[in-house]
Amino acid sequence: MKPDELKSQLEKQKQFKHRLMHKQSQSINPSKQPDVPKGLYKKCDGCGETFSAKKLEKHTQVCPSCGYHFRLKAVDRLRYLVDEHSFKEKGLGYISLDPLFIEGYEQKLEDAKQKSNIDEAYIYGYARIEGMPLVIGVMDSYFMMASMGSVVGEKIAKSAEYAIQKRLPLVMFIASGGARMQEGIFSLMQMAKTSGAIKRLHEEGLLFISVLTHPTTGGVSASHATLADIIIAEPNALIGFAGPRVIKQTIKQDLPEGFQRSEFLEEKGMIDTIVHRHNLRHTLHKLLSMHEVSGV
Amino acid sequence: MDILEKEKKLLKLEEELKSLDDPSAIKQITSQIKDYKQEMMTELNAWDKVLLARHPKRPNAQDVIDHIFEDFIEMKGDRLYSDDRAIIGGVAFYKDRPVTIIAQQKGKTTEDNIHTNFGMPHPEGYRKALRLMRQAEKFKRPIVTFIDTPGAFPGIGAEARGQSNAISENLFAMSDMEVPVIAIVLGEGGSGGALAIGVGNHVYMLEHSIYSILSPEGYASILWKDSTLAQKAAEVMKITASDLLEFNMIEGIIPEPLGGAHHDYKKTFDSIDQTLDQALQSFNNKTAQEIKDQRYNKFRSLGFFQRFNYDNLKGVIS
Repeated sequence: MKPDELKSQLEKQKQFKHRLMHKQSQSINPSKQPDVPKGLYKKCDGCGETFSAKKLEKHTQVCPSCGYHFRLKAVDRLRYLVDEHSFKEKGLGYISLDPLFIEGYEQKLEDAKQKSNIDEAYIYGYARIEGMPLVIGVMDSYFMMASMGSVVGEKIAKSAEYAIQKRLPLVMFIASGGARMQEGIFSLMQMAKTSGAIKRLHEEGLLFISVLTHPTTGGVSASHATLADIIIAEPNALIGFAGPRVIKQTIKQDLPEGFQRSEFLEEKGMIDTIVHRHNLRHTLHKLLSMHEVSGV
Repeated sequence: MDILEKEKKLLKLEEELKSLDDPSAIKQITSQIKDYKQEMMTELNAWDKVLLARHPKRPNAQDVIDHIFEDFIEMKGDRLYSDDRAIIGGVAFYKDRPVTIIAQQKGKTTEDNIHTNFGMPHPEGYRKALRLMRQAEKFKRPIVTFIDTPGAFPGIGAEARGQSNAISENLFAMSDMEVPVIAIVLGEGGSGGALAIGVGNHVYMLEHSIYSILSPEGYASILWKDSTLAQKAAEVMKITASDLLEFNMIEGIIPEPLGGAHHDYKKTFDSIDQTLDQALQSFNNKTAQEIKDQRYNKFRSLGFFQRFNYDNLKGVIS
């Protein structure tokens, strides 16, 4: 790279950092401002029926007629799941860089921040469910399809380490298109990093529950997502290593109905159970109670 | 002109050499061949490296096993479903000391490649690898892995039998192995399918091997929706041995003979042998805990990002 090219790249990165920093200093409180513009209608991908945003909000983004689970933003997931005002975000201040100088990556990161209301595709922190303390982490598919780059990998490892430090169970909501292509080999190595951190959590005798949501594929499904004591899935989520399109191209055959969906994985013995979004809070509370540890 | 076309020209010169009798002409052509080889290897770009890494004549895992280890006894099967021919494993002596070998196997002919599924493992391959790694741990012998795969196989059966789970279980177990693990990338190190036997205390790459998150073709098709931009992808992805060394992801580069590994097998094997010997010796007096920690800390520290000012940030409160 030429010196002036490098200089302009560095300058861009500096501006980018500044913008992020400025944004980050304001805390956002999703419980006060649910992200549902009034009067907006959403069409269900399952049955094609249209519902008002208000109605969907009341049904925690589950289709009232066919039970289709809409994808959730991390902040909404927390709002639906944990005790009010109990979530405190940890692991702040991370900034994704652009190690391979991929055109448009910085802009994508910036857009994703706007779209999802969070700084990167994974947030974690301390929370309570029906009074029971836990460390909760959520991957947000509205942030670049929750692909795992260096920051996501680092924060996932940090969340496991935080759970170890606090001697609390870790519940992680997974959604991801896989490794973040824009960070190349750095993203690949995050798989080893998160798997190693989860291994240490298990060594400490702590509970790890992963909840697979739509979609869970690629490098994320092949690392921490499938390394939990208990693997729960939301109904009809796409879960698999290779994407259906790649498989179809490789084997040149049509894929069977329901292939790589939660129900398929349950039948094949790959997950413990499928839980409807409306029952998640209850199920998680029961599971946490059955694994209660003294301390904190 | 890419490296394969240059090789064709080289081959022509070599054919010409065979047909000659005149000593002075032979001498002239011989020196011409040498110069040409030197020239073609000095201007390799990332795409040339991809072509060399996938070269059909490149030594494969079985070749390496046969030449640098003694008394290799293959151990098959995952004891769950079947024996995956894309991964071979077993025990052998290396300099009079038993080691466990796990290797991804590509074929050299189409027939071989159908047998080994072009080096693309199914879950049973990774589960066999895990079984053999646990066996190595029990008997406290080092593990040597050879990576050479375009990636884990994307198929119906592979998904139904838990490809994700098979790979993650390997990453999980390898992060905590009590014996040294040395991983060597022979040709292609393709995505999670490669990493699943690649969490080593030391990782080395052959000079013209590649290690990437996805094939350049796949990368181009995901990022730019155009798989014909694979050559451009190869350049931007940073997939060569020197790139990975620069990123501190590997411990060293194993030099290849002029023209690439397939031009001189013997030299390639000697080169691998020398690196492996040194790598294993460096763990001779290490305790199990030291071995585990070194590997864990190495992978824990990989990443490219910044962190700042977090004390003043409030983040999400919900």
